Amino acid sequence: MTETSNPVAFTPERLAKVKEIIDRYPAGRQKSALLPVLHVAQEQWGWVSSEVMDYVAGLLDILPVEVYEVATFYTMYHLDAVGKHVIEYCRTGPCCLMGGEEIYGYLQEKLGIKAGETTPDGLFTLKEVECLAACGWGPVFQIREKFYMNLTREKVDEIIDELSK
Amino acid sequence: MARKILTEHINVPGIETFEVYRKQGGYVAVEKAIKTMTPDEVVEEAKKSGVRGRGGAGFPMGMKWGFLAKPEGVPRYLVCNADESEPGTFKDHHLMKCIPHLLIEGMIVSSYALGANKSFIYVRGELMYVIRILEKAIEEAKAQGFLGKNILGSGYDLELVVQPGGGAYICGEETALLESLEGKRGNPRNKPPFPAVKGLYQSPTVVNNVESISNMPWIINNGGDAYAAIGVGRSTGTKLISASGHIQKPGVYEIELGVSVDEFLNSDEYCGGIRKGHHLKALVAGGSSVPILPAHLITKTANGEDRLMSYESLSDGGFATGTMLGSGGFIVFDETACIVRNTWNFSRFYHHESCGQCSPCREGTGWMEKVLHRIEHGHGSMHDIDLLVDISKKIEGNTICPLGDAAAWPVASAIRHFRDEFVWHITHPQEASQPGAVYMGEMTLV
Repeated sequence: MTETSNPVAFTPERLAKVKEIIDRYPAGRQKSALLPVLHVAQEQWGWVSSEVMDYVAGLLDILPVEVYEVATFYTMYHLDAVGKHVIEYCRTGPCCLMGGEEIYGYLQEKLGIKAGETTPDGLFTLKEVECLAACGWGPVFQIREKFYMNLTREKVDEIIDELSK
Repeated sequence: MARKILTEHINVPGIETFEVYRKQGGYVAVEKAIKTMTPDEVVEEAKKSGVRGRGGAGFPMGMKWGFLAKPEGVPRYLVCNADESEPGTFKDHHLMKCIPHLLIEGMIVSSYALGANKSFIYVRGELMYVIRILEKAIEEAKAQGFLGKNILGSGYDLELVVQPGGGAYICGEETALLESLEGKRGNPRNKPPFPAVKGLYQSPTVVNNVESISNMPWIINNGGDAYAAIGVGRSTGTKLISASGHIQKPGVYEIELGVSVDEFLNSDEYCGGIRKGHHLKALVAGGSSVPILPAHLITKTANGEDRLMSYESLSDGGFATGTMLGSGGFIVFDETACIVRNTWNFSRFYHHESCGQCSPCREGTGWMEKVLHRIEHGHGSMHDIDLLVDISKKIEGNTICPLGDAAAWPVASAIRHFRDEFVWHITHPQEASQPGAVYMGEMTLV
């Protein structure tokens, strides 16, 4: 999750993946690979540091500032170190209608942290996000690629206990 | 049972695989289009179908295709907008996850019609698991000769690329999406030039929603006229509705356009009615940006006619007494919902998602959120209500893209129809700011 490597470099597998991504676009349009490559970077390091952004800029042959302005615009990229599990809960209307505020309050209470914080053991980070396109199955949160839907206090207990093992 | 165009086979076990999808008649439209039709003939069927953009704008898809510039020697692009982020909307998520080959087949037929050799599906980054499902489907279709070089021996080449977004509602706006696809911030472009002339990489480009494109296989197989025969008036075909909120059966439903709102809301085939023991208070019919309606204007129009699930009927009465079909994000509120709190919540969303390019939207959305926050939390003044209306009017129509309008409409409509509830929050600050507090004064419930 938070593999560190110094100097900053993709693993050989991820570097091959990045090259495959760059090849998807017409010649000279490699900047199109920026968003997908930042996702690959986040997969490797857990977040996107300025060193990682500089490295990505080099790979795509674009200026570092072109990476900074994108990484800071899109909310999925974490610009600070995060815990092992980032819980991104939907705070938008439909999820709140289904009791989201109460469930997220319980989640914060259980973990002892607020949105934007990480537990002292580094296991969980809480992040408030806007609509996840799962409104009929709310309340909803997402951990990495997985959606957890129709959340109740009991389900929150199960999920957190399982991930805490 | 109503006719299904998109979801007929959605519950067939294994439908996400090429093999099962093919057995259910999948990819027949690709064979028919590529082997027996010219690209212009495919465009003609799309025009005849009358299918309108299902992302929310409702612009006729065939007409949009007709605008595509075709200069010699310049590549053309088709980009599918799968950035579904409008609160209340989750139909494309459902469709792509359950039956990915339907979109792939639609993309092949549509790309052929437009003369595109490289097409993109831009999926919101949060749906990475759906991206993997689509990529697998593309691999399967390629292995069977339906994608790649020389499709079915026709000489037509097509490559499909699935592009993840990075978490930004604004990228659902088509020019912001194109900026994002070029690896930039999602700032909408000034129009003209329209994407049909200068879109992706400054080349002619068509951007269509997932659901719109997914209609194409049926349209090719059955003809545009057959599609146009379904529905009512200029609302042809079927529509996916994402139903959420205080109903018995939230979920994604395919309706024939023209079914009554009453039937959609109350029949067991669809929402199954308001949750037990509760009453209908309000409805957002087409995603968070469309005007909210109070109970007495939901199943009937202001003239007392049955309100239908169609572009025209939902907008009957204009914004005074009507709303919009939008993206089909159908959010139902019962009497336990606080309209002020919900309006504040939606305002916070639009403030968060404003790209910041245009001052009226950047400043106005934040201002509205702040004012609504103080009303909801017991610190509002009577002047604030008119202030909100004033700000919303100054945003509307004054921005490059429609996000400004989308932010203004929910606020203006909530005050239009639920002013008493705002007033109550201001005159009863202590009561109103309690958790779960809801105005229970005079209002119509159904």
